[in-house]
Amino acid sequence: MLGRTASSLFWLSRYVERSEDMARLLDVGYRISLLPGIGNGGHREDWKSTLVSAGCDAGFSRVYDEVNERNVVSYMLFDEENPSSVRSCLRTARDNARSVRTALTREMWESLNTTWIEFSDIKPHHMTRNKLPTLLDWIKERSMLFRGALLGTSLRTDTFHFGQFGAFIERADNTSRILDVKYHLLLPQNEMIGGGVDNYQWSTILRSVSAHRNYRWIYRDSRPKPWHVAEFLILRREMPRSLVHCYAWLAESMDGLEQLYGERSPSMDIAHKTYDTLRGGDMKDIFANGLHEFLQDFITCNNNLTTALATDYNFA
Amino acid sequence: MADIGFFNEMLTAEGTPRPAYSQLDSWLEQVPRNDLKRLSREAETIFRRHGITFAVYGTDEETERLIPFDIVPRIISAREWRRLSAGIDQRVRALNALIHDIYHRQEIIRAGRLPAELVVQNEAFLPEMVGHTPARQVYAHIIGTDLVRVSEDEFYVLEDNTRTPSGVSYMLENRETMMHMFPELFQSHRVAPIEHYPEMLRETLESVAPPACDGSPTIAVLTPGIYNSAYYEHAFLADTMGVELVEGRDLFVDDGYLYMRTTRQPERVDVLYRRIDDAYLDPLTFRPDSTLGVPGLFDVYRAGRVTITNAPGTGIADDKAIYSYMPEIIEFYTGQKPILNNVPTWKCEEKDSLAYVLEHLDELVVKEVHGAGGYGMLVGPTASKKERAAFARKLKARPGNYIAQPTLALSACPTFVGAEIAPRHVDLRPYVLIGDKVRITPGGLTRVALKKGSLVVNSSQGGGTKDTWVLED
Repeated sequence: MLGRTASSLFWLSRYVERSEDMARLLDVGYRISLLPGIGNGGHREDWKSTLVSAGCDAGFSRVYDEVNERNVVSYMLFDEENPSSVRSCLRTARDNARSVRTALTREMWESLNTTWIEFSDIKPHHMTRNKLPTLLDWIKERSMLFRGALLGTSLRTDTFHFGQFGAFIERADNTSRILDVKYHLLLPQNEMIGGGVDNYQWSTILRSVSAHRNYRWIYRDSRPKPWHVAEFLILRREMPRSLVHCYAWLAESMDGLEQLYGERSPSMDIAHKTYDTLRGGDMKDIFANGLHEFLQDFITCNNNLTTALATDYNFA
Repeated sequence: MADIGFFNEMLTAEGTPRPAYSQLDSWLEQVPRNDLKRLSREAETIFRRHGITFAVYGTDEETERLIPFDIVPRIISAREWRRLSAGIDQRVRALNALIHDIYHRQEIIRAGRLPAELVVQNEAFLPEMVGHTPARQVYAHIIGTDLVRVSEDEFYVLEDNTRTPSGVSYMLENRETMMHMFPELFQSHRVAPIEHYPEMLRETLESVAPPACDGSPTIAVLTPGIYNSAYYEHAFLADTMGVELVEGRDLFVDDGYLYMRTTRQPERVDVLYRRIDDAYLDPLTFRPDSTLGVPGLFDVYRAGRVTITNAPGTGIADDKAIYSYMPEIIEFYTGQKPILNNVPTWKCEEKDSLAYVLEHLDELVVKEVHGAGGYGMLVGPTASKKERAAFARKLKARPGNYIAQPTLALSACPTFVGAEIAPRHVDLRPYVLIGDKVRITPGGLTRVALKKGSLVVNSSQGGGTKDTWVLED
């Protein structure tokens, strides 16, 4: 396989995952805006946290003065200057898919191509408040359709593995950033981390990773507890967007690639090291050493994995 | 415009269908027009979803467009095809012999049958190719011969595309779509299959592996990238042949061989089916600013360690000035009379010809010598007085840049336009593969001018395509 092909498979899969993540974050922002204002800034404050979780806050402030629903939605869905807007994600994904069409199954290509064609037909100025939830659902569905096409039609060769790397590195990055940002926003000053804070907004973290129902199956808490929320998103393998779950998939594809190529690469070692840390992890230790520090370390390792893959496999 | 009589491929002058079309004619009579409309839209959806698009240069807004697809097939009888393919076979052999001769002893010039200045002063002549003999002495491996029909038995060759002819993916996708939408028509007709084209292409490319290749050759398709107008086709061909689609940056030369950068060890490339122009192939030999090619590629080629298809410098054979000598060229190399006609051509650089052309602009088609894609041409009979006057000024300023030909009465085929079936003018581009033998796909790509009366079939000028059926006996 060409190095450029591997790179395109990685990035196209990564951008599809990101489009879905952006839709989830907006969905949460939208729901909170329907609730009565809380705290000083009320719901305006939460659109701000939507931007921060999406890693879009710096770019946003270069374009807009005021943080409000209209501006945030427009920036995160349609803005071409924003490399992580849903539009940019879908375009980048499709451009990458076009350049490696020969490596994709017809189902994978058509799911991406149709998504792009239909998304391009949406006129941003026709977007109204009531249409937003339907559009966000559609974006999530289209991403899941692509994922289904990858899982259901792709040969389990390097094509599949590089696609998996992109999807799960992106998902792990997203989960860790949401947790990092929201945890600190929601936790009042002076409150001991892991203490008994009871705030209905904890459920928004869960919602942003589509896990508010799943959570109850595992924990049976009447209201989400911060400690459990963190554990759920970091260490629980059952949770498909948790860090350990992402790394279980990554490790599996790393092993698959090792078998296929008959050799081990430095990126495989990096992935396995992170996987081992998560697998053997204990919430008490993580909180003792600082959740923020733990997540920052994780984000760095996760980024290093991308760099290592690019070096090991000649991403052009 | 001047009304020119034309040959109707389906109906005789009496309005009765010709034998090959008899079943299609009755089918067209009974199928409701609304069904045709719906099917037409369905076909378009299929094409868009599959991403079968092309790019139009010079338009900003939409970079990817669909070529309109007409759902009424064009039919060629077995007898007609036998004669056509014999003519094509003869022609492509002569073209390859010509290219070999031009880059070696130039016998045809010594024999006084082709003026020397037409070759050596030609922009398409590549001095770097002098003395080089590629595998099997084949230079143009993939040729698209543009043909038009003017009567029952008269076909003219408009152009021999010996560089990088495109459109074969449309031929294949058109057939795929037709078989999907009209299985009943394929049951009632014996349509010669074409879907083995990719395998034939692969066999052809394998058969011209360079001397240095031992074992089974590795083939790659070289594309300029996703923004090229024919990108879809590049990907399609690589995919259906089961070979890598590469860009220049995926390739490099090391120790005298050509390699691809892969996720593992570099992989050697033996045959490169390139879809970029000569000038961009190798910045060390040709255009130094090219980022599409591979530095050092040409040296590897000259050393017989990679085959480039089509060979650099084949453009000399489809040059419009050389074209007018094709009858002599065919006789010179094959010893036979040409089977297919050449269109009479006035070379405007000749004083008398220029005077004639200027006087008869309203009857002629004037083309740029090095032009392609229907850009920069004048169709005299359909142009306005003002357009002709403007063109005459260009012609006088640079006469050497133009040739002129009589306006041919292109044949017409039934076409679904708006809500009805009406005759529209067509041409035909059969695709020919030349390697260990000559392989011709039955039929080819039919291009159709969708505008009433129009004779310009190019997709860049609003033309569409049709599935082309060659019937078996």
